Amino acid sequence: MLHISSSPHIHSGDSISRNMYGVLIALCPALLVGFATFGLGALIVTATSISCCLLFEWLLVKYLFKSQKQTLGDGSALLTGVLLAMNLPSNLPMWIIILGSLFAIAVVKMSFGGLGCNLFNPALAARVFLLISFPVQMTSWPKPLQLTQYVDAETGATPLALMKAAAKGGDMEGMLAQTKHIWDYFLGFNMGGSMGEASALALLIGLVYLLWRRIITWHIPVSIFVGAAGFSGILHIMAPNTYASPLMHLFTGGLMLGAIFMATDYVTSPMTHKGQLIYGVMIGFLTILIRSFGAYPEGVSFAILIMNAFTPLINMYCKPKRFGSQEAAKV
Amino acid sequence: MLKTFRIGGIHPPENKLSAGQAIRKIELPAQVVIPLSQHLGAPAKAIVAKGDEVKVGTLLAEANGFVSASISSPVSGKITKIDTVIDSSGYAKPAIFIEVIGDEWLPEIDRSSDLKRECTLSSNEILEKIKAAGLVGMGGAAFPTHVKLVPPPDFKAEILIINGVECEPYLTADHQLMLEKSEEILVGVTLLMKVLNVTQAVIGIEANKPDAIKLLTEKATAYPGIQIQGLKMCYPQGGEKQLIEAITGKQVAPGTLPISTGAVVQNISTAFAVYEAVQKNKPLIERVITVTGKDIVTPSNLLVRLGTPMRALLEACGGIPPNIGKLIAGGPMMGRSLTNFDTPITKGSSGILAFNETESLRQPIENCIRCAKCIGVCPIGLEPYLISIVADQNDWEELERLHVMECIECGCCQFTCPAHRPLLDFCRLGKSKVGALLRQRAAKK
Repeated sequence: MLHISSSPHIHSGDSISRNMYGVLIALCPALLVGFATFGLGALIVTATSISCCLLFEWLLVKYLFKSQKQTLGDGSALLTGVLLAMNLPSNLPMWIIILGSLFAIAVVKMSFGGLGCNLFNPALAARVFLLISFPVQMTSWPKPLQLTQYVDAETGATPLALMKAAAKGGDMEGMLAQTKHIWDYFLGFNMGGSMGEASALALLIGLVYLLWRRIITWHIPVSIFVGAAGFSGILHIMAPNTYASPLMHLFTGGLMLGAIFMATDYVTSPMTHKGQLIYGVMIGFLTILIRSFGAYPEGVSFAILIMNAFTPLINMYCKPKRFGSQEAAKV
Repeated sequence: MLKTFRIGGIHPPENKLSAGQAIRKIELPAQVVIPLSQHLGAPAKAIVAKGDEVKVGTLLAEANGFVSASISSPVSGKITKIDTVIDSSGYAKPAIFIEVIGDEWLPEIDRSSDLKRECTLSSNEILEKIKAAGLVGMGGAAFPTHVKLVPPPDFKAEILIINGVECEPYLTADHQLMLEKSEEILVGVTLLMKVLNVTQAVIGIEANKPDAIKLLTEKATAYPGIQIQGLKMCYPQGGEKQLIEAITGKQVAPGTLPISTGAVVQNISTAFAVYEAVQKNKPLIERVITVTGKDIVTPSNLLVRLGTPMRALLEACGGIPPNIGKLIAGGPMMGRSLTNFDTPITKGSSGILAFNETESLRQPIENCIRCAKCIGVCPIGLEPYLISIVADQNDWEELERLHVMECIECGCCQFTCPAHRPLLDFCRLGKSKVGALLRQRAAKK
C-alpha cells in the first residue's frame, strides 16, 4: 500500500517542543545565576511555579477545556512556569505563586483557546496580576546572597527603586556613587530584584544561543535595546542628575529578561520583521517612560503587555514585502 | 560571485544519493503507455488507431492548438489499445498503449553520438523542428517549449536563462546530464538563442555542483554569448520567477508574464532535447530520470523511454524496496505521490523517489504558535499562517486579498512549520476556490 499526500513530502524536523526546550536551555545560565544569588528561596519558587503550571494545565484540559488536546509534553507550560518564577521575588509565599500559576494557565492561556491563541504573555500577565493584587509581597525584594533563607529573607531596595528615589531627590550621581558599579550589575550575583534579573550577562548568553539556534531573530531584542537606550539617553543628556544613564537602564531590572525572553514570545509578538521593530522600539520607549515618569520603579512588564495588545493591529498593517510588488508599482 | 534571490527560501538536506552515477540505459519494457496529456495545455490528439504498427519516432498524436505538444512513439511495436491510464496526477487520462516489438527507429533519426555543432537552419526552421519534436519544459511543469519561444506581441526577449539549478533534494538527473552532455547542451542553448534572437544566455547552476560549473565554464568559452552563473544554494531557486531574479535582479510583477522582464527560462534538459531535436532529428522520446531513495539499492540516473512504467525503473535499481511507503514522481518538495507502480514516465518526469514507511507519514497537526517562520521562508512574501486560518474559515474573498493566487506551491512554509500545519494544502484549496471565484466574476462581465 502506498501513502498518498500532497507535497511537500519532507519536513525540516522543527517542532513546537524543539523551540520551547530551546528557550529553556537558553534560560539555564540565567536560572543558575538566579539560584546562586537567591539560594533556597529561588529553588522553592521555581519548583512551585513549574509544578503548578503543569498541574493546572493538565487538570484544566482533562476536566474543563475538554475539546483541547493535552500538550504538556511540548514544554510550553513548563516554560511558562520557569518564566513566571524568574519574574517573582524569591521570598514570595507559596500560596501567591500558586495563585499566579493558576492565573497564567487558566485565565491567560487556556481560556483563550490554549497554546497559540493567547493575546498576552501568560507569565507576564500573571506577574502583573500579582503585582497589582499583592503589591507589598511583590515589591519586597530579598537582598542577594542569603542562600538558606526563603520567606524570612532580609529585604532591600532594588537598583531601580534606588534610581526612582534618586530621581525624586534629583541626586542621581550621589546615588550612583553609593551603589555598585554598572559592570557589577552586568555580571550579576549582587543585585536585588527578581530571580531572573540577577545577571544581564547570563541573559545575553541565552540570547546568543537563541539566535544561533534560529529560535528567534535579532529584531525584537535589539529594537527594545535601541528604543530603551535611545529614549533614556535623551533624558540622561537633558538632565543627568534626574535620569539614569542608558547602560544603567539596560543592565538593571527586568529589561534584559523582558527583551530576550518575554517580548520574543512567538504567540504574542508581531509576525513581520517590520512589525517586530515597531513593537520592540515601542516596548523600549514605554519601559523608560514608566520607569522615569510612572508610579512604579519598573515598567518592562507593563510595556510588553501593552504592546502585546497592539500586536494584532501591527499584524494588520505590517505585511511582508511581496515578490515583485515594487516592480508592479513602477508600471 | 554567487547570486541568489532576495525573499524567503530554505535549504533542505540535499540527499543527492545518486550524484556522480553515470547515466545508464535500461531494458525496453514489454509495453509502454503514452498519456495524451503530458504537458500543460490542451491534450494532444491521437492520429493512430488500434492495430497500427509504429517505429521509434512515428508521430502518435499531434498538438491540439497552440498551447499543446505533439507526441512521438518512444518504441517500435503495435498499438494494442487507446484507453485510460491513471497518470501522476492521480486521475484517469486517455493514453495510447503500445506493445513493444524490437527496436526499429525511423531512418531520419541520427542515432550516432557524434557532436554536431553547425546548424544552417533559419530560426523559423529551428522553431518548427522544436514544435514537431513535441518538446516541453523538462523541469516538471511541462510547458510546451515552442510557446515560450514565441513571446507575445509587445514583448521582446533580451536574455535566455537556462535552468541548471536542480534545487530539489535527491534529484541529480540534470547534474549528470550537464557533466556528460555539456557540449550538446551548449549547442542546444545556441540554437535557442537563435530562435529568440538574443545575444546573451546565462546558465544558472547551484554551488553544490562545482564540477558542472567548472566543466561548462570551460566549454562555454567556445560559445559566444553563453555565460555560466554560480548560484547560492537556496530552494526554490529553480522556480522561474526566483531564477529570473537571481540572474537578472529583476522581479516579475504580480499578474504579469515572466517575459515582461525580458527573460525567457528553459530547463537544462530541454536545452539538450533541443539539440537532439534540431541536430539529430530526434523527437522527445526518452529522458534522464533520477531513481532514488534511502532504501533503493543502487540510486541511479537512468535514460528511459517515455511510457515506461515506474516499476521497470525501480527494478533496474535493485527492485521495489519491501518497506516502501510512498512513491513520488519528482522531488520531495514539489513531487506528486503516486497511487501505483505502473504509472508511466512522461515528458515532465525528473525523478522517482521511494520513501519508506516512516518517511512517508506526516506528523500530527498542532496549534499555530505564530512563530512567523512561514512568513520568513515564503519566496513570494505571503502569510501562509493567515492563509491557512482564513481558508479554514472558508472566507474566499478575504483569501483573495491575501494574494493566495500568487502562491507558487513550493512548499517552503509547510516544510518549515514547527506545528506541522498543512499550510500548502490550505493554499492549494484557497487557490482553487479563489480561481473559481475569479472565473465566475469574469463570466458575469
